Amino acid sequence: MPKRTDIQSVLVIGSGPIVIGQAAEFDYSGTQACRVLKAEGLRVILVNSNPATIMTDPEIADATYVEPITPEFVEKIIAKEQPDALLPTLGGQTALNTAISLHENGVLDKYGVELIGANVEAIHKGEDRDLFKEVVEEVRKKIGHGESARSYICHSMDDVLKGVEELGGYPVVVRPSFTMGGAGSGFAHDEEELRRIAGQGLTLSPTTEVLLEESILGWKEYELELMRDKHDNVVVVCSIENFDPMGVHTGDSITVAPAMTLTDREYQVLRDVGIAIIREVGVDTGGCNIQFAVNPEDGRVIVIEMNPRVSRSSALASKATGFPIAKIAAKLAVGYTLDEIPNDITQETPASFEPTLDYVVVKAPRFAFEKFPSADSTLTTTMKSVGEAMAIGRNFTEAFQKALRSLEKKGSQFTFTGEPGDKDELLREAVRPTDGRINAVMQAIRAGATPEEVFEATKIDPWFVDQLFLIKETADELAEAPELTPDLLAEAKRHGFSDQQIGEIRGLREDVVREVRHALGIRPVYKTVDTCAAEFAAKTPYFYSSYDEETEVAPREKPAVIILGSGPNRIGQGIEFDYSCVHASFALRDAGYETVMVNCNPETVSTDYDTSDRLYFEPLTLEDVLEIVHAEQQAGPVAGVIVQLGGQTPLGLSQALKDNGVPVVGTSPEAIHAAEDRGAFGRVLKEAGLPAPKHGTATTFAEAKAIADEIGYPVLVRPSYVLGGRGMEIVYDENRLEAYIAESTEISPSRPVLVDRFLDDAIEIDVDALYDGEELYLGGVMEHIEEAGIHSGDSACALPPITLGGFDIKRLRASTEAIAKGVGVRGLINIQFALAGDILYVLEANPRASRTVPFTSKATAVPLAKAAARVSLGTTIAELRAEGLLPATGDGGELPLDAPISVKEAVMPWSRFRDIHGRGVDTVLGPEMRSTGEVMGIDSVFGTAYAKSQAGAYGPLPTKGRAFISVANRDKRSMIFPARELVAHGFELLATSGTAEVLKRNGIKATVVRKQFEGTGPNGEKTIVQLIHDGEVDLIVNTPYGTGGRLDGYEIRTAAVARSVPCLTTVQALAAAVQGIDALNRGDVGVRSLQEHAEHLTAAREDQ
Amino acid sequence: MTTSTRGAAKVPAVLVLEDGRIFRGRAYGAVGETFGEAVFSTGMTGYQETLTDPSYHRQVVVMTAPHVGNTGVNDEDAESRRIWVSGYVVRDPARVPSSWRSRRTLDEELAAQGVVGISGVDTRALTRHLRERGAMRVGIFSGNALPDEGTMLAEVRQAPEMKGADLSAEVATKEAYVVPAQGEKKFTVAAVDLGIKGMTPYRMAERGIEVHVLPATATVDDVYAVDPDGVFFSNGPGDPATADHAVSVMRGVLERGTPLFGICFGNQILGRALGFGTYKLKYGHRGINQPVQDRTTGKVEVTAHNHGFAVDAPLDKVSDTPFGRAEVSHVCLNDNVVEGLQLLDRPAFSVQYHPEAAAGPHDAAYLFDRFVSLMEGQRA
Repeated sequence: MPKRTDIQSVLVIGSGPIVIGQAAEFDYSGTQACRVLKAEGLRVILVNSNPATIMTDPEIADATYVEPITPEFVEKIIAKEQPDALLPTLGGQTALNTAISLHENGVLDKYGVELIGANVEAIHKGEDRDLFKEVVEEVRKKIGHGESARSYICHSMDDVLKGVEELGGYPVVVRPSFTMGGAGSGFAHDEEELRRIAGQGLTLSPTTEVLLEESILGWKEYELELMRDKHDNVVVVCSIENFDPMGVHTGDSITVAPAMTLTDREYQVLRDVGIAIIREVGVDTGGCNIQFAVNPEDGRVIVIEMNPRVSRSSALASKATGFPIAKIAAKLAVGYTLDEIPNDITQETPASFEPTLDYVVVKAPRFAFEKFPSADSTLTTTMKSVGEAMAIGRNFTEAFQKALRSLEKKGSQFTFTGEPGDKDELLREAVRPTDGRINAVMQAIRAGATPEEVFEATKIDPWFVDQLFLIKETADELAEAPELTPDLLAEAKRHGFSDQQIGEIRGLREDVVREVRHALGIRPVYKTVDTCAAEFAAKTPYFYSSYDEETEVAPREKPAVIILGSGPNRIGQGIEFDYSCVHASFALRDAGYETVMVNCNPETVSTDYDTSDRLYFEPLTLEDVLEIVHAEQQAGPVAGVIVQLGGQTPLGLSQALKDNGVPVVGTSPEAIHAAEDRGAFGRVLKEAGLPAPKHGTATTFAEAKAIADEIGYPVLVRPSYVLGGRGMEIVYDENRLEAYIAESTEISPSRPVLVDRFLDDAIEIDVDALYDGEELYLGGVMEHIEEAGIHSGDSACALPPITLGGFDIKRLRASTEAIAKGVGVRGLINIQFALAGDILYVLEANPRASRTVPFTSKATAVPLAKAAARVSLGTTIAELRAEGLLPATGDGGELPLDAPISVKEAVMPWSRFRDIHGRGVDTVLGPEMRSTGEVMGIDSVFGTAYAKSQAGAYGPLPTKGRAFISVANRDKRSMIFPARELVAHGFELLATSGTAEVLKRNGIKATVVRKQFEGTGPNGEKTIVQLIHDGEVDLIVNTPYGTGGRLDGYEIRTAAVARSVPCLTTVQALAAAVQGIDALNRGDVGVRSLQEHAEHLTAAREDQ
Repeated sequence: MTTSTRGAAKVPAVLVLEDGRIFRGRAYGAVGETFGEAVFSTGMTGYQETLTDPSYHRQVVVMTAPHVGNTGVNDEDAESRRIWVSGYVVRDPARVPSSWRSRRTLDEELAAQGVVGISGVDTRALTRHLRERGAMRVGIFSGNALPDEGTMLAEVRQAPEMKGADLSAEVATKEAYVVPAQGEKKFTVAAVDLGIKGMTPYRMAERGIEVHVLPATATVDDVYAVDPDGVFFSNGPGDPATADHAVSVMRGVLERGTPLFGICFGNQILGRALGFGTYKLKYGHRGINQPVQDRTTGKVEVTAHNHGFAVDAPLDKVSDTPFGRAEVSHVCLNDNVVEGLQLLDRPAFSVQYHPEAAAGPHDAAYLFDRFVSLMEGQRA
């Protein structure tokens, strides 16, 4: 049965900003879906507030709305576009929840929009704990297998306490209903924990519902990815086994595909149950993910949950098998059946089969606890990782060690030298699942732990434990052998040891090991991911390395460009870099090159086998990249390797690649050094006559103190060579400076600490620009809303700048050009400036694609990353202008006056983290980046654009109600006007006594509320924190006081996070918010697609 | 933790294909030499079932899944009384099994049953080779003193070929036996054992069928001696073109119009009984992920396969046969190979794949119900 003919247009909802639990995988899925639907001739309308995505590129959909994903805004889009259908299963929980709201409030009915891919009943059955339990019971009746954990549904704290008794006591699992990524769930071992977790869960759940469950901690955990078509054909795409047993969220577990420790009988039980569930739930077409727990003692199978939509696991399964779940889900949604869809990879066989793997896939999570030092790092059923790396090998050990080195984090690889430590201590440490638990396990094994002891401590399956022993024994053989024989070296490589690890064990330098290895002819081969274990010939070059016999890399004629991706998502290096890599691939393919992508992040568009001509799913270490370059050089001409687009990861390889004779195109390694090295960059600035804040470098406290004394406090201190402001801090006095130096472990003579004068009250400006050696193309100028000192990644910004004049732009352009020229950039450069008084300081320059490239590109309707890739390979800006890739005249620095205003807002992960006492972590912004994602608001005026950015990031700004204001002394002056505006808009102001006093003196009425430490008043007056918790405050303005640790503000801000009340922590944000509120109250907030904005902008450019 | 495999892993082994390609690895299971037809199986689970499936008699099975032996060997999952494969090729054998049902390691089991294997070879390269060149004869040689390559190759080329091999009698039971019905007995079925898997009579017994398993040499009279409501022809090894005896017995059954069901080899026998030819596939279907379409309903089932031969019947029309009209009921969507036959005028059908599914998915279990309804229909 072919495609439905009654659907001509479809609305696809994306997943919004990258947050923990909902990341780039939905860009991958959504992009696939949009492309498929468009290829089917449908008009595709997309809404997604996240500018960093490929899916929001104007060519992916017919009408792209970068608007907040709220029922209100989506309704406006529906009213305008009148789509026939809505596909809600590709944008994660956000899309699903929005679709349900639109169904429930009658919007879908009103406009005659059909929900495709999943029906409301199926969504409810899959997601509602009660209903899902019934589904599982029904399945058990039918096929005799599968059951739910014994559980108890609660809607109040009384229910919760009763539930624990019913289940026979602690520990119990608490799971709130309808939250994404398992937000708010956890284990309660006693009543105190229970009250805390369940209390928060009841708040987080949109239906005020939590489920208490019997503990199945330590059981084996599995997932199946299934697909069903409208003829009721069902296939299991992939099985996944969690290395970390039950108790750790699957997103935080090391996971393995296919399942490794099930017999066929047990696997078929899971398959039967899975199929029966997808039928019983009634997922008409599309994919779903089902999670199981299996008791290692007797095989009892418990069905944990299902997601009736595309998920993080389905993206992983797609990458692990070569079976593109989202693409196929989109085709099924418009009427095709599985047997009608060809398997892309074999091209000759249909999609109605189950992929079989002749390799092992390991996914490892990447965490960011270092950014949240107060957060509890214990892994629980709430997801906490910010990204993941996937690796493929011909056996588990190879894939596993590759995955660990793909994480590209200090200490993520196993180390086999030095004293392991005390066995019992290490085993005790291994009991608690954490980031890096696996290393404790390996050290325990080195310290003499037996397999039984390891299993006892961790419940990691004995087969996996033995694999760890195999790795350790191989390391022992390496260490003990009198010489490094070919057999031994080959064996170590087969088990995934890197040259660096072998070097460490043998006391050799990494490059020496590599030289020896190459001399012995031991090199990896590249195998194909083909869905069918070589039963049929694969047409898609999707490769992974293995130390095996036969390589499958085919010769080619056209020159290749190798693009190095950005590896696992992390704070500071996320999807934005993937965006640039993907664009480079598209642009260079169009320009006649064969594009070769290297990356190890399964969530991304770059690792879709459709994106580039060839894909290498490999770690981004020097060794792995050199081998790929070698393999591709054997296959045909290599025009060059691009390191500028994937962020700091590939940039860091630049010099070493060049030293190994690899042609690095674009900005040279020397130029990169000139921008990154303080001394060299200082000389560039000096020659260009540009001021930088006074600074110095220090390797000791004494040196740092001397510098600080000279330039004056506050100073900004940070380690050199970091991304995302890691370890950066504003230091206001000597005591703190001393403590900072003492705490910082990253400081050494070769890695000094940088001490800069901190520019208080400066306006920070970000510039993205292209330079070809002759001409500068100013991509865009972004004015930060927060003042300098807040990491640019965490700061909101506006493009075009809203308070800078023509003179400022002229200065920025001149400075940018001087730096680009002085450094020697060929491609993109991002420069951060601070305008303090009337002096334009240069803060730093990054000679690579920045986080803001996708935002700038969308705000100005110019594909900067594409242009950068072309410039890297020698095309000039003039040629690109002539070709039409860049505007014929003008650039992003001189946008027409009526160009739309775009606002970027950062999204913070506060609600994900708790400290060990279960309290929230503080939400104050600082020089260290902590946001996970961003949204964009775009409109014709700033206020509306800002309001949209807030709605996209945190939910709508309130337009009336109560606003609480409490600001630091230095902010009191700038608070008065916006506060007056709030009152004019009908807000009642609450303030602490100090702030209230200032307001009253300025004739603004404010009610004084009690501070937290004052406690409840004599007449039961609530403190501000109580008021927030009780939902009596609609807007919070709270700027931190100076340097101190946890002041009153901490309680206020964490309460705001818990209750999801908008909380502004800078006065600049308050001023912007007031403009937003003003726009909302005028009621003229409309929606406009990027295509319409671009048309408007192009017309305006031509009129200029 | 046992390290027996680690010790054995040091013993060299060589795999020699009839066309001269050689793979070197390490001994796995028994040490010695063995010959057979090299075939690859793509199942990721179910090695114990695969090893004990009599259809693999005289075949050297290459596992495309790299890790084999992870769940050890248990006392429940074997499909027959012994391992039948003549040799076993894996990449990464498990050192330690993990399963609450495991009783011993696979390595021990292979060694105990004298099955010569090889580990550590590039099984994907080998599979690609077989895919491109077709299934062929192979030898595995292991031990510390191996013959030179020329000698090994000559030995491989002397081994018998699968084409023209009549093997059913070698694997089938010598004595008839009965598998009792579970619960109330509803029907009696005579099952001709051409290499039957244990799960097949079990699936029938589950449905109230008392199964009389008869030797491959059973005659029409032997079949009717048990007064069957239906007759079943099992899977089995070898070239169907040699199975003249089974074909004549099946014709006897078709003439009487007794409900008939065949699986795998049984499907090829039905094909021949109806006058269709059979042919050897280039490299066969062996795996548990094959998409088969039931042409009457259009539905796709994911099925377990193990066949190197297939029936040559027209897909596009109903054929006239000595037993009335016949049609192809199932096809493999990967390559349009005939996967099932049914008579339109008599109660007989067969499938080329394995609805008993051990190992493999249970999607096709409905075929046993179909057999039951044929028998019910005959009674009514």
